Amino acid sequence: MRFLFKTDYEDDIKLFPHSGYVVSYGILLAFLLIAPFVLSSYLVSQLVFVCIYATVGVGLMILTGFTGQASLGHAAFLAIGAYTAAYLQQFNVPFPVYFLAGGLLTGVVGALVGFPALRLTGIYLVIATISFAFIVEEVLARWESVTHGNEGMRVKTLSLFGQAVPQNGPTFYYLCLAVLILTIVGTLNLLRSPTGRAFVAIRDSETAARSMGVNVSLYKVKSFAISAAITGLAGVLFAHKLSFISPEMFTLQLSIEFIIVILIGGAFSLHGAVLGAIFLVMIDPFLTYLKDDLPGIIAGIAATFGADSITAGKIHGNVAAIASANGLKGAIYGVIIVLFVLFEPLGLYGRWLKIKLFFQLFPLYKRATFKRQKIYVKSERNR
Amino acid sequence: MSYFRAENLSLHFGGLKAVDSVSFAVEKGEILSIIGPNGAGKSSIFNLISRIYPPTSGRIFFEDQDITNQPAYDIAGLGIARTFQNIELFENATMLSNLLVGRHRHSTTRLWQELLFLPSVRAGEKMHRRRVEQVIEFLDLEAYRDKLISGLPYGVRKVIELARALCSEPKLILLDEPSSGLNVEETEDMSFWIRDMKTELGITVLMVEHDMTLVNRVSDRVIALNYGRVLAMGSPSEVQRHPDVVAAYLGA
Repeated sequence: MRFLFKTDYEDDIKLFPHSGYVVSYGILLAFLLIAPFVLSSYLVSQLVFVCIYATVGVGLMILTGFTGQASLGHAAFLAIGAYTAAYLQQFNVPFPVYFLAGGLLTGVVGALVGFPALRLTGIYLVIATISFAFIVEEVLARWESVTHGNEGMRVKTLSLFGQAVPQNGPTFYYLCLAVLILTIVGTLNLLRSPTGRAFVAIRDSETAARSMGVNVSLYKVKSFAISAAITGLAGVLFAHKLSFISPEMFTLQLSIEFIIVILIGGAFSLHGAVLGAIFLVMIDPFLTYLKDDLPGIIAGIAATFGADSITAGKIHGNVAAIASANGLKGAIYGVIIVLFVLFEPLGLYGRWLKIKLFFQLFPLYKRATFKRQKIYVKSERNR
Repeated sequence: MSYFRAENLSLHFGGLKAVDSVSFAVEKGEILSIIGPNGAGKSSIFNLISRIYPPTSGRIFFEDQDITNQPAYDIAGLGIARTFQNIELFENATMLSNLLVGRHRHSTTRLWQELLFLPSVRAGEKMHRRRVEQVIEFLDLEAYRDKLISGLPYGVRKVIELARALCSEPKLILLDEPSSGLNVEETEDMSFWIRDMKTELGITVLMVEHDMTLVNRVSDRVIALNYGRVLAMGSPSEVQRHPDVVAAYLGA
């Protein structure tokens, strides 16, 4: 186990507490940089989605994980970013301009959503953000002169400084990676400065935050705006990646997917946002596998246990019907959320910390180290 | 003019008069204790001063400025810090970040500077940290810097809450039952710290307290409350001998 000997206040400010971090993140970065040359184009495309989802995850983490304000409306912020890009592209606006415009516009909308959210907490805030998402979805479907309604919009290939950047090429992957890394660094900077601490203060006790001089309303709006702006930036990339956007892509299910990203990843860390994004993006191939291969496997197992060909055929048909049933994805998401909340509330990143500690303390690790204990619950009466 | 003044302060919840036309003044540099049985309205007065509740009527003045209608977050900016009876710390954060939130009213950096973590932000962080370390040393909290609040015992949390209030460099500090839940030894430490706050840091102290030993040891003056009204005001021994106070406590 490593004991850090701190000799300077700088030791508590710097992003990498010790050289081990520099080495491991350096290796990770090197791998990510050579990834397009060693991985198949399918995997690189998945990595692009991981980057986009992780960016949204970081944005949502600021709002939900650090400021304690739940949101089920982030699909709408993503949509606003995506549609801003598609709309401005028609007028030959260069990419850097509409990229930033997408972020800025979404940030402003986020702040506007933040205002009514000031008086709402918990489940009521969730309902308010869901309604916001429905309003945006409906506006996108009806405002045909701008959004082309349900026909959707085609997004032209990204061009950066006169160069075409196809959405399947390595350059686009690097762009998404750069956006993700810059977002993470910016967020880490924010978290180690007064604003980030004010966010955490609001999450843990609004009353105390207020009495320490934190303008709770202002910081909640700031948090909404920052979170929305980051999601808007991701939306621009999302539009380019899919090269076609329509209102039915930005549904409640997408918002729930973002919640899964931060919940599965671990609700209080940026590592969590990235791990959650990886998890979520990897679920899809897994579901495809279920749909394609599972019926055959189960029928095969049934056959080895002596089922005749007619019964095996029936089993095959039934399993295939279940595996390709409508809404199965949503149901699986629901089960995953419930299981994580029950058994691993700190998510994948929490699990990783436990595994790490096991090896650091080996052989002295005690199972009770992370046992959840009932602690003194403070009163909510000043709400 | 007195340093801090409450005039005819009232707080009514429907028909219940939690605070009923209370007037008192705090002089600069004194320690004033408010005592009274449970439900006398002591904490309500604190919540009125820190603007968690708006008063039904009455006015509050601090340094000759009417602060009755200031928003709650401005109160800390004016130099009034407080602690809470039931400990309101930021549970899922380390002690250091809790104390740094106490520095919030002194932070001058803007959002875009923080996103880039410009040298000005870094310098500000170090300055805040230096001030926090002074408070940590003052209250002997060196052992807990990187500990999460949720894992710390009650007595330590109580001191950390005091530390957080001191980090904001207040002129007036409101202590809501600083000794509740502390053992005899910890209460004794607390009484030394309260007196040091007055003599070394020059902070004016307004305190709600049940422990009469602590009250007698540190207070310059005492106010006794019951049913939201002032029963008696004066030196600790005067107040304790006052017939109305005896009646309120013993029910005679």
